[in-house]
Amino acid sequence: MNTRQKPATNFLRNLQIWWFAFLGKRIRSGDKKAAVIDSYGAPGRGKSGLISVITVSIILLLWWLSTQQEWVPPLFLPSPYIVWQKFLLISCAPTYWQEFQNFLGLTSSTPTECIGFNDATLWQHTIASLKRVFTAFVIAVIFGVPIGISMGMSRIPRGVFDPPIEFYRPIPPLAYLPLTIIWFGIGDLAKVILIFLACFAPLALNARAGVRSVSIEQIHAAYSMGASPTQVIWHVVLKGALPEILTGMRVAIAFGWTTLVAAEMVAAKAGIGVMVLNAARYLATDIVFLGIIVIGLIAYSFDLVMRWVERTFVPWKGKAA
Amino acid sequence: MMSRTTKGDKKASQVVLNLEKVGVVFPGNLGSGDVTALKNVNLAMRDREFIVALGASGCGKTTLLNVMAGFIKPTAGRIRIKGKEVDGPSKDRGVVFEDVWGPGKDRGVVFQKHALLPWLNVLQNTAFGLKLQGVGERERLKISRDNLDLVGLKDFEQHPVFQLSGGMQQRVGLARALTSNPDILLMDEPLGALDAFTRETMQELILNVWHKTHKAVFFITHSVEEALFMATRLIVMSPRPGRITHEYELTFWKDFLDRGDARKIKSRADFIKMRETVLSIIHGEEEPEL
Repeated sequence: MNTRQKPATNFLRNLQIWWFAFLGKRIRSGDKKAAVIDSYGAPGRGKSGLISVITVSIILLLWWLSTQQEWVPPLFLPSPYIVWQKFLLISCAPTYWQEFQNFLGLTSSTPTECIGFNDATLWQHTIASLKRVFTAFVIAVIFGVPIGISMGMSRIPRGVFDPPIEFYRPIPPLAYLPLTIIWFGIGDLAKVILIFLACFAPLALNARAGVRSVSIEQIHAAYSMGASPTQVIWHVVLKGALPEILTGMRVAIAFGWTTLVAAEMVAAKAGIGVMVLNAARYLATDIVFLGIIVIGLIAYSFDLVMRWVERTFVPWKGKAA
Repeated sequence: MMSRTTKGDKKASQVVLNLEKVGVVFPGNLGSGDVTALKNVNLAMRDREFIVALGASGCGKTTLLNVMAGFIKPTAGRIRIKGKEVDGPSKDRGVVFEDVWGPGKDRGVVFQKHALLPWLNVLQNTAFGLKLQGVGERERLKISRDNLDLVGLKDFEQHPVFQLSGGMQQRVGLARALTSNPDILLMDEPLGALDAFTRETMQELILNVWHKTHKAVFFITHSVEEALFMATRLIVMSPRPGRITHEYELTFWKDFLDRGDARKIKSRADFIKMRETVLSIIHGEEEPEL
């Protein structure tokens, strides 16, 4: 064992081991390595982590260089430094830091006043948006996954839900945004419903595909061991559909973030989306950049978490069919 | 090794499964006519019998097994287990499928067949049926461990099934089917995905397990050698429409259980002669236009 591992990594590793112990499995250190030997010609073999790091570095470098050399006017492309300055300004991080030090009794200075942007700090904007997206996402999971499973299991729900889902799914949220406002007002309800709709379809359709991916042999074997239809659903179909359901969650949350700016277009007090829209109105490109980066980082970290969840909780994914 | 006795085989054997004039017709769709998968199949399976079904692809072997298991309702004829009409699957008939959860070694080749549950380990997979039947934990783990011991997987009970080799996965499938203590074991090409060496080992293991557990077995294979070696009764099937064309009572299995040494039996003159006879039957009846 590597003793210099970071505590966080150790914690995740422990969580994984507990889960495997819970499943009655045992991770032996060699197992994971043995499974990743790729054969000649396998599409996409090899690791890509380092390449991604290089790509990101080059993009940042080009960004910095093009503003440094003034290839592009700052109005179109603000420099990384300006965006960082804006971040400090509207996140109020220095003020919070001062308050924190006062709280600890290290200093006793009066914190500098900080109002953020649009009467809210970056933190408040982010929380407002996170609340909307995750409320909508959780409700969509609660409804979408069972509906998708029932669509996979039985022809009646499939017949009922298939036309409406397939009909509204390709329509851009901006097209039905006016309707949600007319129907549900300009409060948070309309915004959550808009994001909910964006999350719902991929969740339901992936859950349905997950049910379909359960092999008929697994179901037949369960029946031949005396299982009842209810037991087959609980012990075979639901667990077999889990990998696809998790994929659906990854897709859905990405759709949710995609819809966020549209949802916050009308009458939102705080939110990353409305922050970006208002900043654009004043040509504050630096804040637009900041908003985009924040949304991107949150969405990407959530995706990384979901990938880890997949690797840990459905380790058999991709091992067959 | 214990000396194996084949005494008691002469005991009056009882018919456990009876197929009478069974036919299966799948309705065709859009222009293609109905497909007769099975026509007029009669088969009486006796206690402790090891019936092997052999035939080219499309001869209805798997359909026949599905009818026995209760997954397919025959469109003609009747099927009874110990005199009782079959109505759907039940734990008196255990099924073993071809299981191929590869540890990534066959990437790119997509196998659809897998019957083990990858979220359960070897022991949990084996105990799965008993758990569903509401058998208490202590008892079901004991029965499962006994069966894992029987197939030689005692030391692997905590392993995830998708990391096992093909042969081991088949052993889990076998142990799992035995754990519900069925009267009949239905085995749908369980060794089809294995390499030749593992396959021979597994043939011997299955014969030994069969001999110890006294189950009636219905076993499907593509391999003539496997069929001759394992069967107490061999049925040769023929396609379009799927039907039984030849039946043989065989005793090669008995020689193996008495004396061991499978290779020697398989290279004996009478074995080879039988093999060529069966092969010529199968080849002779293949229709040239397909």
